[in-house]
Amino acid sequence: MSARLLRFFGGGRTVPPPASAPVARERLQILLAHERSSRGQPDLLVLLRDEILAVVSRHVTLDPDKVIVKMDRGETVSTLEVDIELPNGFERMIAAAG
Amino acid sequence: MAKVLVVTSGKGGVGKTTSTAALGAALAQRGEKVVVVDFDVGLRNLDLVMGAERRVVFDLINVVQGVAKLSQALIRDKRLENLWLLPASQTRDKDALTDEGVGTIIEELRTKFDWILCDSPAGIERGATLAMRYADEAVIITNPEVSSVRDSDRIIGMLDSKTVKAEKGEQVKKHVLITRYDTARAARGEMLTIEDILEILATPLLGIIPESQDVLRASNVGSPVTLNNAGSAPARAYTDAARRLMGETITMLVPVERKGLMNRLLGRRAA
Repeated sequence: MSARLLRFFGGGRTVPPPASAPVARERLQILLAHERSSRGQPDLLVLLRDEILAVVSRHVTLDPDKVIVKMDRGETVSTLEVDIELPNGFERMIAAAG
Repeated sequence: MAKVLVVTSGKGGVGKTTSTAALGAALAQRGEKVVVVDFDVGLRNLDLVMGAERRVVFDLINVVQGVAKLSQALIRDKRLENLWLLPASQTRDKDALTDEGVGTIIEELRTKFDWILCDSPAGIERGATLAMRYADEAVIITNPEVSSVRDSDRIIGMLDSKTVKAEKGEQVKKHVLITRYDTARAARGEMLTIEDILEILATPLLGIIPESQDVLRASNVGSPVTLNNAGSAPARAYTDAARRLMGETITMLVPVERKGLMNRLLGRRAA
């Protein structure tokens, strides 16, 4: 039986699924661009994350459960979201310490 | 009670990461609270297969070293709210993982989840031994091919000797999951049969995952196959396997693509 005939009998799909390879290509390009640039040197996003947390913790004692860090690495723009919950009255604590 | 399950194989490229993602998602789809943990330090890929590669903030090593809390490193799946990922580090090497550190993390995960799925790296080195170290159960991914079966046998030996359970005189509950099974080639006698594999490994069968384009398509778009195309043959096979892990008894079938002449004549759609 020829391949075409086999396909006629076997190919039950009416709508072919959208090609997934272009999605794979785009995802890899974005990911690898970040990984290549950070190879051998600290990742900028990671560096910023660590330094921001270090600066804040110099002034307030950070409760690790109240610190939410999110990153999203995009093709042209990446975002770093640092959400720190500070206890009420921390300004007075700083004033007293200073 | 929480169960720690290692997905392992010895051999590389047999489908550990794909299977971890698919089984994890299938368990979560059935209402279980699941975390999938990537133990492949230095060469992580579970984040990519799960579609979370752009959202990794902290990783397993950060938690082991106390840089981050576990809650900060866990990434919640965008599609299933009871599915979480703990990514491996991409930059450190596997020596950064310690037996003690892994033990502490697993204990903490046990208090938060129903299932802790550990995606083992290939090989039999430190990463692989630590991935299986605290396991209650093991899924051994095997292809119907001689080198894969040989490596699975080696891994079974390690599960019986190098795990905490084994050292306590208990047994890690082992299951074989056969992946990339090609029914056409099996029918022509070109592949080891299921019976051959099970006889050689003397380990019960968890499921048979057919070779399928749906698996590649799912990893292309970063979605476990049970989520990306739930009606596809591999997704149904993974769902059956997940249900067996949960203790259900389900007839063992080799799921096939739902298409062909009869279905067309009967007007059935491909699921």
